[in-house]
Amino acid sequence: MRSAPSIRRPTCVLSMLLVTSPVVAQNQLKIVSSLPRTGSANAQTTTMVNGIRMAIDEVGGKVDGFEILYEDMDDASPQRGNWDPAVEGQNANKAAKDPLVVGYIGTFNSGAAKIAMPILNRAGCVMISPANTYPGLTKPGFGEKNEPKVYRPSGKVNYFRVVPTDDLQGVVAADWAKELGATKAFVLHDRELYGKGIADVFEKRAKEIGLAIVEVEGIDPKAANYRSLVTKIKATGADFVYFGGTTQNNAGQIAKDLRSGGVVAPLMVPDGCFEDAFIEAAGAANLNGKTYVTFGGLPADQLTGKGQVFRENYRAKYGTDPEAYAVYGYEAARVLLDAIDRAEAKDRASILAAVAATRDFQGALGTWSFDENGDTTNRTMSGQAVIDGKFVFQKVLGR
Amino acid sequence: MEFTSAEVFAQQVLNGLSNGMIIALIALGYTMVYGIIELINWAHGDLFMLGGFLALTILGALGLEEASGPMAVVAVLVILAASAGFCGTLNVLADRIAYRPLRRAPKVSLLVTAIGVSFIFVNLGLFWGGVPMEVFSGGIAAAAPKDFPALVPSRNLLGTDDGVGFTLRDLLVVVVTLPLMLGLWWLVARTRLGKAMRATAQNPTAARLMGIDVDRVIGSTFFLGGALAGFASVVYALYNNTIGFQMGYRAGMDAFTAAVLGGIGSLPGAVLGGLLIGLIRAMSDQYLEARWTNALVFAILILILVFRPSGLLGMKQREKV
Repeated sequence: MRSAPSIRRPTCVLSMLLVTSPVVAQNQLKIVSSLPRTGSANAQTTTMVNGIRMAIDEVGGKVDGFEILYEDMDDASPQRGNWDPAVEGQNANKAAKDPLVVGYIGTFNSGAAKIAMPILNRAGCVMISPANTYPGLTKPGFGEKNEPKVYRPSGKVNYFRVVPTDDLQGVVAADWAKELGATKAFVLHDRELYGKGIADVFEKRAKEIGLAIVEVEGIDPKAANYRSLVTKIKATGADFVYFGGTTQNNAGQIAKDLRSGGVVAPLMVPDGCFEDAFIEAAGAANLNGKTYVTFGGLPADQLTGKGQVFRENYRAKYGTDPEAYAVYGYEAARVLLDAIDRAEAKDRASILAAVAATRDFQGALGTWSFDENGDTTNRTMSGQAVIDGKFVFQKVLGR
Repeated sequence: MEFTSAEVFAQQVLNGLSNGMIIALIALGYTMVYGIIELINWAHGDLFMLGGFLALTILGALGLEEASGPMAVVAVLVILAASAGFCGTLNVLADRIAYRPLRRAPKVSLLVTAIGVSFIFVNLGLFWGGVPMEVFSGGIAAAAPKDFPALVPSRNLLGTDDGVGFTLRDLLVVVVTLPLMLGLWWLVARTRLGKAMRATAQNPTAARLMGIDVDRVIGSTFFLGGALAGFASVVYALYNNTIGFQMGYRAGMDAFTAAVLGGIGSLPGAVLGGLLIGLIRAMSDQYLEARWTNALVFAILILILVFRPSGLLGMKQREKV
């Protein structure tokens, strides 16, 4: 690889530069994560970071003689209360420039991944997302024409993810909606990459299975309320409402306004709302018994085998139940540590090759592999309903 | 039962008017301060946000989240008074500490200072959201939107659930905002303080020569504008049931647009601008698409400013020497 100078023996370079400063310990490697730590995603990302720390602790903070350092970076800004493109770019550049960094765990939001991916790709650094579900990031033919090539300026795949994508989740959502008795659905989305992406898939699938779509509307995620939109929904007589979007983009307010505006149709939301913050923002009374949530995986209490062990250890260590994405943070870190262990040389190129070669990985999510696009072969998804202010598992979807 | 197109239209007019009245209430604070010291008070929207946080804190501290019936009425009155007093006082403090020393400085310094005050308020709100109280969900996620108790139910006063809905909440908006607007008009048009305010707005130097305590008049203006923001924050919170540290930005933007649309410095203009923006938003959501709504609002603003630079009800710009 001529274009990206390989960073073999990073510590040697550093120790030459830092003659007078305290000697940098030999044999260190660094993993960073970039997740929105400020804002309403905080509760979710805290458990993800806990999951990552657990994975590192389980190997004793050392892999094959190399000490593993970890830095928890925040890609949100207080001004936005949500992920910020500028901050995500800074994080990715910082990681790319730091010769110790051999793995980047993130991002949480698919839109943020778009920014970090090309930067880390040029740097030849492996990136594993525990939460991005927008298909265009990896799969040709699902997003824009230039996707996913545009994220891979070096031509090599350096981005992997441990969650099933929205083209799978949107499909099972539409199937489930029909099963729940929907005949005319109104589709809303937050106009972001993730939200619009999954709403598009929902719409396409609905049409295939004979579920009528009365309208698709992109909302203003910062509006004070959605009364007018709710009036419009009510006027169409839709018997089902689907919102493609996240808690941060006002899913709670939509649920509130639907109920106070007299719409009785059930509401279905994707995994971007599968967090307690959604129930808190919406008020349990507005959700109970008429809200469905799909998730591109299994909730923590449905995990079996190693997943169950993870949940028990997590509870013992942190005293609370993990949120839905915690196990994905854990799995992302574990698969990365496993690859570092298998890599011949402990540099970015070898570790990247080792991650790409992951096959039949025995993880907390079952036994799975990375395919040639960097996607997991794991396709287990689940449907939840909100009952008494809690997410209650309903069924396994999409097997 | 069918929801006829006439009913849909009527419902959208109601939605637009309710939202518009809240915007108008905030816009009045912008326009008053601009009228008197020509400051576009960027911190105004964020002051409004802090009023919402105070209201929620009080409800949590007094255990009134679940109040209903007469207790709910008491709770609403308490938070209205508290938020109005708090926002008014805070606005006066901001004037004392940040704006008054710059009275003779170029207007741009004042504007930049107001942006600074806005940042302080936003971060105060962010910090406030992390207070470990039940109503802030224990303060674990400071930046997350907070659920505001539904003290005023959204019961339809027109009978059934079908057809047009005019809810108790819409009534609340009218009952709080209309008297405030009328009271403000009376105060400015009929009282001594109002006269002093108008005189100061016209020419501070001449007003001072006539024996008017200009700083006191400006302070009163800040108090009144802030108090209106406080009232607006409680109405907003009860109407939408959500508050968040970022709500001031959007609300302030809408209100600022309303004030400019109506003619900044003009009280009836602010009200008209607020109502128009509320109506345009509702109609655009219904008959266009929601994603065009913001673009439409600003396109209309630009058109009006091109053809009537002083806004709908604004006076001709007088030259200040």
